[in-house]
Amino acid sequence: MLTRLLSGDTPRSGLLTVLLLIVVVSLAFAPFLFPGTRSLETAARICIFIVLVASYDLLLGYAGIVSFAHTMFFGIGAYGTALALATTGPSYGSLIWGTVAGAVVAAVFALAIGLFSLRVKAIFFAMVTLAVASAFAVFVSQMSWLTGGEDGLNYKIPRELTPAFKLVKEKVFGVRINGKLLAYYLVFFASTILFLVMLRIVNSPFGRTLKAVRDNAFRAEAIGYRVVWYRTTATVLSAVMAALAGSLLAIWLRYTGPATTLSMEIMIDILLMVVIGGMGTLYGAVLGATLFILAQTYLQTLMGVAAEATGAVPFVSTLVAPERWLLWLGVLFILSVYFFPSGIVGRLRAGRV
Amino acid sequence: MSADILLSLSGVHTHIGPYHILQGVDLQVPEGGVTVLLGRNGAGKTTTLRTIMGLWTASQGDIHFADREITRLATPEISRRGIAFVPEDMGIFTDLTVAENMVLAAASGPMEGKRLAWIKELFPPIGTFWNSSAGTLSGGQKQMLAVARAIIEPRRLILIDEPTKGLAPAVIKAMTDALRDLKDTDTTILLVEQNFAMASSIGDTVAVMDDGRIIHSGPMQALAGDAALQEKLMGLSLETHQ
Amino acid sequence: MSETSIKPRLEKIPLGERVFQRLPVLLVPLLAVTGLIAIGNPASWLTLTVAGLAMGMMIFIMASGLTVVFGLMDVINFGHGAFVAVGAFVGFTVLAWLAGWTASPSVMMNLAAVLIAILAAMLVTGLLGLAFERVIVMPVYGEHLKQILVTMGGLIVAQQMIHVVWGPDEMHLSRPEALQGSWVIGDAAIEKYRLLAVGIGLALFVGMRHILKNTRIGLLVRAGVENGEMVEALGYRVRRLFLIVFMTGSALAGLGGVMWGLYQETITAHMGSDIMVLVFIVVIIGGLGSVEGCFIGALLVGLLANYTAFLAPKVALISTIALMVVILMWRPQGLYPVVKAK
Repeated sequence: MLTRLLSGDTPRSGLLTVLLLIVVVSLAFAPFLFPGTRSLETAARICIFIVLVASYDLLLGYAGIVSFAHTMFFGIGAYGTALALATTGPSYGSLIWGTVAGAVVAAVFALAIGLFSLRVKAIFFAMVTLAVASAFAVFVSQMSWLTGGEDGLNYKIPRELTPAFKLVKEKVFGVRINGKLLAYYLVFFASTILFLVMLRIVNSPFGRTLKAVRDNAFRAEAIGYRVVWYRTTATVLSAVMAALAGSLLAIWLRYTGPATTLSMEIMIDILLMVVIGGMGTLYGAVLGATLFILAQTYLQTLMGVAAEATGAVPFVSTLVAPERWLLWLGVLFILSVYFFPSGIVGRLRAGRV
Repeated sequence: MSADILLSLSGVHTHIGPYHILQGVDLQVPEGGVTVLLGRNGAGKTTTLRTIMGLWTASQGDIHFADREITRLATPEISRRGIAFVPEDMGIFTDLTVAENMVLAAASGPMEGKRLAWIKELFPPIGTFWNSSAGTLSGGQKQMLAVARAIIEPRRLILIDEPTKGLAPAVIKAMTDALRDLKDTDTTILLVEQNFAMASSIGDTVAVMDDGRIIHSGPMQALAGDAALQEKLMGLSLETHQ
Repeated sequence: MSETSIKPRLEKIPLGERVFQRLPVLLVPLLAVTGLIAIGNPASWLTLTVAGLAMGMMIFIMASGLTVVFGLMDVINFGHGAFVAVGAFVGFTVLAWLAGWTASPSVMMNLAAVLIAILAAMLVTGLLGLAFERVIVMPVYGEHLKQILVTMGGLIVAQQMIHVVWGPDEMHLSRPEALQGSWVIGDAAIEKYRLLAVGIGLALFVGMRHILKNTRIGLLVRAGVENGEMVEALGYRVRRLFLIVFMTGSALAGLGGVMWGLYQETITAHMGSDIMVLVFIVVIIGGLGSVEGCFIGALLVGLLANYTAFLAPKVALISTIALMVVILMWRPQGLYPVVKAK
């Protein structure tokens, strides 16, 4: 039954299964295992980014399309929900119509971009998406009357999802059962469902054809598959998933702004996560996102300690200063591309560990 | 006349991606004279030339040129050893002028006057269109330029891939005459050709390829005069196949 | 006999065809005139046009390396911005050391200081380019996806190293004395530095065209862009050429970085990636591999950016994207696509 749930795409490696289980269990019971706001924030962020990175893997790993516009879709979803909540009040209705609107707009943009890619080569396409995403980010910042500009939007969400709402009077296992917890489980379950849906997509006939197109578009076209249609559909699906992830972020943070959704830093982060985790595996997204976000949150603390310790040695301490965590991740990224082109997941599967 | 073997391939296999194109090629090219490589489309003739030139690397077997192994050398090194290449698509730099194409080919410095004059005699359009962009030349003129480039510097071996493909009969004749002139200058030529009439008129030795292997080799005269053998090797009598 | 059988004929290209080929060049004056109509005031227009040309030149300097590298080596370097930033920081550091020279009112001393800064920056970025090509790019020749990923990784590492060496903050530097201020012509104020930028850009463009058209190495580059294999078959070690071109491209990016830095008078580690969006747009508009296309594209982008900044600031970047889309609709491979044999 578990195999059916995973659409037949099992981890295929003992160690990988163990790692994935650790991640899933930790996330499922995060409020109880790791009490405290910071850890809950981290856990929610991991859930959302798993969906976001998996959706990017769908595009990059399975369809073989390099695009830098992914944060744009993430942002569209987030802003859609945010604007709905800000304008029509903190109700479930707003939440739903905002999320749907975000997904639809993302789909339309993705369709336009997908059709445009008909006319240009892959390298062009990558650069064009970079340009379009940058323009979009600038545009959103400048439409401050609508989007709150650089400051973003703050809004209220339905009361049941806020800390003020108490479901159960007493603490359970030392944890308050309040709206925040409910919000977390909304994020967790939504992320799980979206991930499983993506697993279904890539393991369906559509997904298999997509991989064939990625490996040899010329041949696929010769056999009779309309390459353009497959690529466009993959782009649209990937964009919709990203938008939904954005909506989840909007609900969780109760804030949406260019820095949390549209920045190029996030795009680069996604790229790092998907490559280090393993392209074309979806599980890579799980490991990559977890590893990266944990590093982002906690590695810096560790590096801070190391910097203190090496304070006497001038050059070394600047290299391990906590702000330089991205340097090491960058080096890891480059090494991954060379030595583990199929990422951690690929390594684990190949080693039959 | 006894001839030393200038180029020899033994047991050469070449893989292009998943495709196993050359499946054990054994070929000997005697020094001086023209060796013709025949075979139907897809037999592996172009792949053989490209493998010799190092554009594709043999996965197995070895290639010797002038008694030294060149199997794993990089293309520029192979060229510097004295092998010139005229590819099927001619490889003309259309953005450059005829003169610039020739200058590039004369790698070791300015072009020697006598040699250039001889080339202009063999291929008059080279002189006429000296300063025009190579992109404006007709197919036949481009082919001439491609061969001219290969011979502006004296080379020991020239690999030519289907020089008469798609050319008008008058141009083919000019090309054949030029190759005959070239033969007289002690340059060895390995020629891939589909036009049997042309090939048999200047070829000394012939090798026939099929399915990535050499299935016949020997003097051209023997094959040219034997219609039955031609039928057997190529599936039809080539005399009628112009 | 062969002489008479092939009659040489050189067909004259019809006038209409020739105008059409020249059309992209006319786009620049076309845009300038449109700008004049839209802006109205000739003095403002002049100031903006000079600003636009200056900006365009600087982008051209930065983009030219990228486009030639792609055309010749089929390598896409998303880390190009790193050279821009490193160049700027090295240049600023040198200028700060030469503060005595830059504070002097003598034009010669100022220019000398700037020249030294530029040379230092180009040397450092050239060497950085060498390291980048050998270590990061060479292992992934031919694999575009990996190139994109690896060069982006290189960009991240380079930006972080700038922080390590120069600290986390931005760096300020005023332009040398003689290069500050503007010349006033009627109602228009034209900044001196911008004219210098235009001058350097033009000199560079002319220089590059000369090298490409009249030197052996230029010949090799032009031939290599079209058919690298054939160049190898003629006996040239193309890999060595690649390295030289890559280093030149990174040195040019460094030069562009210094100039851009002096234009803004403030530099940050991420200034390279900030400007890369415009650089990519310019390279796309011009056609991958074409120096002329890059030049025209850069001027168009520079002019458009400045005109829209004046007329409708909110749509500045979007208008640049719109320009790119329009041009791609007309010529899907850019203004002057390079004819590739592959």
